[in-house]
Amino acid sequence: MDTATLQTFLAAQEQKDLLRFLTCGSVDDGKSTLIGRLLYDSQLLFEDQLTSLQSDSARFGTAGTDVDFALLVDGLEAEREQGITIDVAYRYFATEKRKFIVADTPGHEQYTRNMATGASTADLALLLVDARQGLMRQTRRHAYITALLGIRHVVLAVNKMDLVGYSRERFDEIAGAFRALAADLGFESLAVIPVSAKLGDNVTAKSAHMSWYEGPTVLEHLETVPAGGRDAAPHLRFPVQWVNRPDADFRGYCGTLAGGSVRPGQQIAVAASGKVTTVSRIVAQGDDLPQAEAGEAVTIVLADEIDISRGDMLVDAASRPEVADQFAAHLIWMNDSALLPGRPYLLKIGPREIPASVTEIKYRVDVESFGHEAAKTLELNDIGVCNISLAEPVAFDPYADNRQTGSFILIDRLTNLTVGAGMIDFALRRATNIHWQALDTGRQAKASLKGQQPVVLWFTGLSGSGKSTIANIVEKKLHGRGRHTHLLDGDNVRHGLNRDLGFTDADRVENIRRVAEVARLFADAGLITLVSFISPFRSERRLARERMEPGEFVEVFIDTPIDVCAARDPKGLYAKAKSGQLKNFTGIDSPYEAPELAEIRLDTTTAEAEALADLVIAWLDENGKI
Amino acid sequence: MRERSLTHLQRLEAEAIYIMREVAASFARPVMLYSIGKDSSVMLHLAMKAFYPAKPPFPLMHIDTGWKFREMISFRDETVRRFGLDLIVEQNSEGVAQGINPFEHGSNYTQIMKTDALKAAMVKRRFDAAFGGARRDEEKSRAKERVFSFRNAAQIWDPKNQRPELWNLYNTRIRPGESIRVFPLSNWTELDIWQYILAEDIPLPPLYFAAERPVVERDGQLIMVDDGRLPLSPGEVPQQRMVRFRTLGCYPLTAAVESGATTLQEIVAETIAVRSSERAGRLIDREQGASMERKKREGYF
Repeated sequence: MDTATLQTFLAAQEQKDLLRFLTCGSVDDGKSTLIGRLLYDSQLLFEDQLTSLQSDSARFGTAGTDVDFALLVDGLEAEREQGITIDVAYRYFATEKRKFIVADTPGHEQYTRNMATGASTADLALLLVDARQGLMRQTRRHAYITALLGIRHVVLAVNKMDLVGYSRERFDEIAGAFRALAADLGFESLAVIPVSAKLGDNVTAKSAHMSWYEGPTVLEHLETVPAGGRDAAPHLRFPVQWVNRPDADFRGYCGTLAGGSVRPGQQIAVAASGKVTTVSRIVAQGDDLPQAEAGEAVTIVLADEIDISRGDMLVDAASRPEVADQFAAHLIWMNDSALLPGRPYLLKIGPREIPASVTEIKYRVDVESFGHEAAKTLELNDIGVCNISLAEPVAFDPYADNRQTGSFILIDRLTNLTVGAGMIDFALRRATNIHWQALDTGRQAKASLKGQQPVVLWFTGLSGSGKSTIANIVEKKLHGRGRHTHLLDGDNVRHGLNRDLGFTDADRVENIRRVAEVARLFADAGLITLVSFISPFRSERRLARERMEPGEFVEVFIDTPIDVCAARDPKGLYAKAKSGQLKNFTGIDSPYEAPELAEIRLDTTTAEAEALADLVIAWLDENGKI
Repeated sequence: MRERSLTHLQRLEAEAIYIMREVAASFARPVMLYSIGKDSSVMLHLAMKAFYPAKPPFPLMHIDTGWKFREMISFRDETVRRFGLDLIVEQNSEGVAQGINPFEHGSNYTQIMKTDALKAAMVKRRFDAAFGGARRDEEKSRAKERVFSFRNAAQIWDPKNQRPELWNLYNTRIRPGESIRVFPLSNWTELDIWQYILAEDIPLPPLYFAAERPVVERDGQLIMVDDGRLPLSPGEVPQQRMVRFRTLGCYPLTAAVESGATTLQEIVAETIAVRSSERAGRLIDREQGASMERKKREGYF
């Protein structure tokens, strides 16, 4: 290749745009084979890759003596052995017209979260069905997730046409059924193409067997469908990712434009505070930039010194995003542990991480009928519409308007796993309209009138561990020293305030949430509050801790081994649980998560209740709480 | 507003910069693995852009096996001086003392001198995030790895249990002792790398350019005789051949290709025309189909 040819080639490369697409379908529909065929027919495989493909085909292949294209993309050992795809794989290829990034995603239902992952960055979805099987449960689910994640262009490849005798009737039947299904999903373009990935019909070259089909091949369609549109949101959105301060003279805000464009002199606002200023420079290595577009990673300098940090959003002053601490969203659940309403998770939206909880599951979506069903929780791969409440207001746009500023993930605060992915529908105004009533007589005033400071002593432990016994003695001792106290006991509260709650995980979370709120009210009133609840989950004890003022919450772990509790069995509950008469019993068929960093740990096998209660009093004395 | 003005390379550049800033903002002790090759050169160039006018807020670290090309080491030291950056060089001194070498110890050599050395350095220096220049188009198991790839406290990768990674929302949460390997060039292809080097005029070690070099031919692979430690069979005489390297590593394990490409333009032209993927020049990858996945699980980059 001479220099002139190279220059022409590189110039053409520069002009190429990029289409990101994903392939999905049911098990054995031939997704990986189709991608392998695209790479093979576009002559994008290197010789050594072909050599290893031929040896792999003989070893693991499911295509007899033929080359098995699926082995090109099934990269993990388990996949090659089992002949299935278990994780999303990314592939890269280019034709004369375009560059492509392909996400190959699995069909098995348990890996649906990976399909959502691939779809989150795709412009187009290539769905496969087996011509013999027609539409499957997974086809409907995948079509729904495609629409949910905002993909506007869809191709349905009706594969294995060779196995139905290249039947036009069969193709028309499937195409008709899919068009009917897709009618509700609002795609901008939909193409249905009859193919045989294994034999190459209509993948990159027109099929000689289906002269009745007059549309484009898969590759022709992929080369011509409109690309982009992902960063098409018109209004400036600039989430601040990093504050750049090399010295006292320079303060730049680093981030990637999630919408619109920006230029020096432009008036912008900080979304949360509403403060307005102007852009003075867009800094880049070499010369400053005259302007920056959506998708560009830049550093912005502002005319005024205002307080801005990571997580703030700089926006078009004339067209601002929502700022709220509650919103409604579609949520895809991605973890084996079900969503628990009321449990605090960490929500990541743009560069911002903030505690949040689901306050209500409005409904779960049936992905076959697309109908709504009532649900108390969301299990792995469930999709639901929820109300979400955040610890502080955040700036966002509806997902339909902006995929960057309208999307979030939920992270479990103990395991750190990504457990959910959400798309915001709209802000909820309730929070804005119920303002905190400022009270003239403050909590300090109430406490000092009693000559004490509020403390919440939170006793946690298994049933029969001795929580209530010890808490009762502690309360008597405090009372004897002239302290104002109140004791909330698990069993007693369940007869009144919480009598509507059972013992499922979801109800246990709500049980603790309510008690934590009541304890907080008592603390506000200046009381020393003793809470005696099994409270088996760390997350909810942490929630309770965070509801109180710093230093106010004292966790007391009554550490009694389960066999000792079961031997004591003061209420006969262990016997019932073991015989199966009592379900969801903590320590038997429901977990107890022991505290890791309790302020006080009491071992009831080494001392009597009276002595242990004295230890609690001594701790309160030493720490200046009483 | 539907039409975008960004080119493919600008998009890749912006994505890599976003990833680097996310790491800088989210981790207490990040580090950039610097292996001197073209991918590392691009990664470093992007890091300089991401934090301009400041310097990148993390040091570079090179795991030196003791068997790198001499020109790589001099290029490394020159680069660090030019940018004024902090460089950490780590070596498995136990491995050196035991005389571990690529001739007698096969894949154990890579495990001990690269993987073990890296893991030990991560622990010793308490790094919680490490950038690597790996790309998904290099190899099949890499194609399935996340951009933010979680490692447990034993620095093990569990490919079947990766965190879902949606949009550009990277989960950076870890517990003490755990870490994340971060791959800002995940979505780049080999051609993208070369085009970007050309467009941005990024300096590369001279080994990438064709020159007369002393080589021996073994199993069809050209191995450069970079110093006197390469054992020669009886009658084996190094020959001066016009060769260059498509990938850089330990010299006894990195095969050269015959080439007349002495300029960047010629290298890119050759890359476009070539019909052999670049990792074929790495002898360690050819052992078995899933060897890379195994090495990666154990902590190899």
